[in-house]
Amino acid sequence: MSWAWFHRFASPPYFYRLAGAMLPWLAWGAALTGVAGLIGGLGLAPADYQQGEGYRIIFVHVPAAVLSTTAYAVMAAAAGIGLIWRMNVAHAVAASCASIGAWFTALALATGSLWGRPMWGTYWEWDPRLTSELVLLFLYLGYLGLRGAVDDTSRADRASAVLALVGVVNLPIIHYSVDWWNSLHQGHTLLKLGKPSMPPAMLIPLLLMMLAFLLFFGAIVLTRARGQILRRERNARWIGEVVGAAAK
Amino acid sequence: MMHWLNMGGYWPFVWPCYLLSAATIALNVYFARRDFAAALREARRRVQSRGSSS
Amino acid sequence: MSETSPNSVSAGRAGWLLIQRDLRLAVRRPGEWLQPLVFFFVVTLLFPLATDPQLSRLRDIAPIALWVAALLSCLLALELLFREDGQDGSLEQLAVSGLPLSWLLLAKCSVHWLLTGLPLVLAGPLVASALGAPYPAIPGILAALLIGSIALSLIGAVGAGLTLGLRRGGVLLALLVLPLAVPVLIFGARATALAIDLEPMSAPMYLLASIAVLAATLAPIAAAAAVRISLE
Repeated sequence: MSWAWFHRFASPPYFYRLAGAMLPWLAWGAALTGVAGLIGGLGLAPADYQQGEGYRIIFVHVPAAVLSTTAYAVMAAAAGIGLIWRMNVAHAVAASCASIGAWFTALALATGSLWGRPMWGTYWEWDPRLTSELVLLFLYLGYLGLRGAVDDTSRADRASAVLALVGVVNLPIIHYSVDWWNSLHQGHTLLKLGKPSMPPAMLIPLLLMMLAFLLFFGAIVLTRARGQILRRERNARWIGEVVGAAAK
Repeated sequence: MMHWLNMGGYWPFVWPCYLLSAATIALNVYFARRDFAAALREARRRVQSRGSSS
Repeated sequence: MSETSPNSVSAGRAGWLLIQRDLRLAVRRPGEWLQPLVFFFVVTLLFPLATDPQLSRLRDIAPIALWVAALLSCLLALELLFREDGQDGSLEQLAVSGLPLSWLLLAKCSVHWLLTGLPLVLAGPLVASALGAPYPAIPGILAALLIGSIALSLIGAVGAGLTLGLRRGGVLLALLVLPLAVPVLIFGARATALAIDLEPMSAPMYLLASIAVLAATLAPIAAAAAVRISLE
């Protein structure tokens, strides 16, 4: 009934074609929102009262950080679906999220560190957000490590799914414990620009950049997932039709 | 224009951030597309060898 | 494990039999099970050696030394949890026995903690005093290590299940478990530091205890899933 669409997604050829159709929209959408966000962020938005022009790093740092956790959530959700419903497509999506998620996390750390240097004076100050991002990076590396260490695809899928689910349960706990730890030791916090107090001229480019990163994430995941499905569905008949036809 | 590039003196921090972001995006696009192309090639090869052997 | 059919043995009885069996096996190889404890002492020894060993200074790093050493010893000890039974097929027997695997693994984990975690808990005050902790701090140190080591054992069991049978599994196990152990480290070390400073430590202890409770409920299920996946 209403589950019909859900099971339709589970069909590899359907997902392959649907993903292929969505890709150009995601890619162009990301490009357009990105350009709009950059124009707004680098050009139109005014300088910050405290941080001058330096705050503009926010327009890449925050989207990267938000996407780093979103990617993990998507990865865990897809892995969970794959585990429970034994869906190859879901496992393919989960596997596709890991590397881009790790990249975003690393980018969030690098941009956060560069942002911190002029604001704090050092490249690293054990800021709670950055420390949580660092732990998240290790969670990603652990996931990738486990996938790489297991040769059998099915076992790799299911083992990394368990790991992703354990990780996603742990993430809020880790985040809370790092915040708690930071508040004890009066560390520095990076983001003093609270969202509610941010003027629209700054908020809108930020939202546009977050949307751009999100669409970009979708495009990358779907591209990789399609590749995964081609590899996993080794000798299925539908591959012949799809592959013989066009390059995309 | 120079003031914009200067970013109020923060240019050695702001621009590397944007460059890193651009590099991250570019590299991921490149690797994802390359991965897909490789998977497509392998799939074609499998289909062809299956077709010729049957 | 026993000649009786699975249905004739209740889960409770099976758990108890499993505990007895594991204890008996461990007693035959005491050396193996003492290694994590020895490792714990060796690692804590490194801290004063790496710095100026004045007791007033060492007191500040005592919580650090205790918890880092405890974490690393726990990682080492996890090798002993499933390895033997995984290799000789006993783990498989447990999985197909028809009894709830999460319950059986909880039984295994409790024996494992008794043999590897409890010694660390008891050794903790000894090491802490050597690092300058005052005598009245000992109950607090014991409490923090007790709850923390239980949580670590449970979290580690999931990692051990996931990496069962993998080559170079030890390093991967560390990479998987350490990020998940961060909250335990943060709260445990804080509780220990407060204990050593003779200050009230209830806040981090409550947080530590809630993590331990969460681990006790969820970890056996995750570990059972992981073990089943690894055995196929």
